[in-house]
Amino acid sequence: MDQILINLLNGFSSGLLLFMLSSGLTLIFSMMGVLNFAHASFYMLGAYVAYSLSNWLGFTAALVLAPLIVGGLGALFERTALRRAHKFGHVPELLITFGLSYVVLEVVQLIWGRTPVPAVPPAWLQSSAFTVVQSAQHGLSIVAGVAPPEMCQSAGEAAASCSRFPMTRAFMMLVSLGMLLALWLLLTRTRIGLVIQAALTHPEMAEALGHNVPRVLMLVFGSGCALAALAGVIGGVTFVTEPAMAAVVGSIIFVVVVVGGMGSLAGAFVGSIVIGLLQTLPLTVDASLADLFNRFGASVHEGSRGWPLLRITLAQAAPILPYLLLVLILIFRPKGLMGTREE
Amino acid sequence: MSMAVQPDMAASPAAIRPAAPVLAAVPSGPPPVATVRRQPSPRSYHFKPWNVGRALIWSLFAVTLLVVPLLWTTSFAQTMLCQMGIGIIACLAYNILLGQGGMLSFGHAVYSGLGGFVAIHALNAVSAGSLHLPVSLVPIAGGLGGLFFAALLGYVTTKKSGTTFAMITLGLGELVWSMSLMLPEFFGGEGGVSGNRVVGEKVFGISFGPQIQLYYLIAVYCFVCTGLMFALTRTPLGRMLNAVRDNPERVEFIGYSTQRVRYLAFMISGFFAGIAGGLSALNTEIVNAEVVGAARSGSYLLFVFLGGATFFFGPIIGAVLMVVALVLLSELTQAWLLYLGLVFMFMVMFAPGGVAGLIMMNLRVAAHGKLGRLWTGYLALAGTAATVLLAAAVCIEMVYHLRLNEALGPQMNFLGVTLDAKGLDAWCGAALLLLTGAGLFEVSRRHFAQQWGEAQEEIEREMKRREAL
Repeated sequence: MDQILINLLNGFSSGLLLFMLSSGLTLIFSMMGVLNFAHASFYMLGAYVAYSLSNWLGFTAALVLAPLIVGGLGALFERTALRRAHKFGHVPELLITFGLSYVVLEVVQLIWGRTPVPAVPPAWLQSSAFTVVQSAQHGLSIVAGVAPPEMCQSAGEAAASCSRFPMTRAFMMLVSLGMLLALWLLLTRTRIGLVIQAALTHPEMAEALGHNVPRVLMLVFGSGCALAALAGVIGGVTFVTEPAMAAVVGSIIFVVVVVGGMGSLAGAFVGSIVIGLLQTLPLTVDASLADLFNRFGASVHEGSRGWPLLRITLAQAAPILPYLLLVLILIFRPKGLMGTREE
Repeated sequence: MSMAVQPDMAASPAAIRPAAPVLAAVPSGPPPVATVRRQPSPRSYHFKPWNVGRALIWSLFAVTLLVVPLLWTTSFAQTMLCQMGIGIIACLAYNILLGQGGMLSFGHAVYSGLGGFVAIHALNAVSAGSLHLPVSLVPIAGGLGGLFFAALLGYVTTKKSGTTFAMITLGLGELVWSMSLMLPEFFGGEGGVSGNRVVGEKVFGISFGPQIQLYYLIAVYCFVCTGLMFALTRTPLGRMLNAVRDNPERVEFIGYSTQRVRYLAFMISGFFAGIAGGLSALNTEIVNAEVVGAARSGSYLLFVFLGGATFFFGPIIGAVLMVVALVLLSELTQAWLLYLGLVFMFMVMFAPGGVAGLIMMNLRVAAHGKLGRLWTGYLALAGTAATVLLAAAVCIEMVYHLRLNEALGPQMNFLGVTLDAKGLDAWCGAALLLLTGAGLFEVSRRHFAQQWGEAQEEIEREMKRREAL
């Protein structure tokens, strides 16, 4: 039970990290019609910049500054390159971000090397947020921080199993939810949010009213990149900061966006959570289709038909589940879970 | 959202377009072509002159394929030529999607790769005696494999167009890539599947053992496939595909299913990609999971675009560039991916027609006899651009050297010159060269842009005048 709870929380935190990425992607896509292929590269850039900054200024400063720097770089890219490709249409826009992903990967390897950098979370993030104690006598209980060792004895009268939930993941959830709230408030409750919404639906009219729509777009692109970098700062200390980290999340966030529905922020949220859970939960299930059939009386063994497929355990299949979900969604609900626009 | 596809074509003057996709531009009038198709009476006379230019170009292509290995006879050159032939088929197949159908695929290596796996399994079956197939037809088996998987996966992929299509192909590419690690029975796990192409009876004394024999097999496939793919652009399906690219809404209005057109094109593209994969399997005699990877898909996209997706022959240039870059450039410098990415970005920004687009633009100028006026401008541009590139390359190489070869000391060799990567003078010199070059380049670029614009205007006027006659 405690394991299941921890796994669920892990899945949620992964999903929320994905949401930090996919929200930026969705924001940029719905505003500008540009699919930012280099979005995951900005995530990686955020992690690396934060690594360098936290060696110098500390983690808290890096958490604030790295997204700002990367957002600035994103805005610069929009201003100098993307805007130029804009007049050629959406395919060149997508292509130029594709080219950027190559360049960023190489530049990152150039500056920080090809091997992972030792990005460690600060001391206050290294402990456990809470411990789930599953006791035979007292049932399930949650202890803040690390549970005292006497509560987690494996033998004796008060035998209990303890599962810790790391602080980094709790922090990841907190930041992500805070960001979700801030984003929602910004878009719906502030003047700049209204201008952004107006520029989204009625760019000509917004321009006629004296708003600099291209600059709004540049800001949106920069903010989207900054959100990705924020995710990178947290993802970098939670996972490994390495040149491959962009490729790891890169294709997943596109799956998230398609599954959730293109251009829908709510869809991105739902999609992120679903994919996060789908990536995490099956990892603990060490059963295959063969086991399932055998339980219902069939005899599936090595050498029977389709054994290579039936043999694969759910844990082994976990990496492909998001993509299978993508295929299923496309067959049965092509507009995505929360999508509104039918192409 | 609809992806207003290849608008660079619209930006480039209409006259240089090889085939005007007219169907989408037909305003109204005739109902779907299928119902009222005028049957030409057999007696009526059609004036159909030989297209001399086209015949010449195709013969030239054939002769090039025949003669090139006789000129470059080293085994290294032959390996490269084999890869180029394969690359040409793969890139042309990819361009059926990107250039002709406006479908940006991030996962086309899936079909060439799976075709390769099917081919190598077919080859092994031939070796084992369970399948009777001459080795020369094994690539066809690969093509059928590619067709099968394109039919299977393409059904899902082509439900969407535009950006969503791109994302789905990316996802499916990842799916197949992950599957390749899970199913070692088919994909051979880490080591891949290996085979031996020298099996079966010799046909006319050809065993495909020596590389040159395989080269000519590849050359034949390359020529036939190129011909077939060019023929496709002249069929109603090929024209419908262009129409789907340019104006999907209107295509739907006149009663066609854009999805079905995309699906058919996707399958054809998968077939040819599979042939390329099969040839590649014969060439290397080993197929591992790398061939379905995202890096391979990405290089198809990069080089087809660099070659020029808007022209039929663009991907051929792209394939040659691809092999040169992957084989030679990666030997020459560690920073080649950085150069590649930068060149690609500049190409997207300034020459969306790729190399082929640049060639055609200049051919048009030459055809009007105005190239003579421009050549000084070209010379200035080339000189200053070379300076900038050299200086930038020195900087990049020095940084790379400092980062990656620290153990070798600061001395490095660049184009035969020994540079001190930590020395101030090398950096100052490079920076000075870069700034001067950039300044001069900007000056000559402005001058050239003005000249170019004048020439274009004159050409436009001339063409108007001829039309009016």
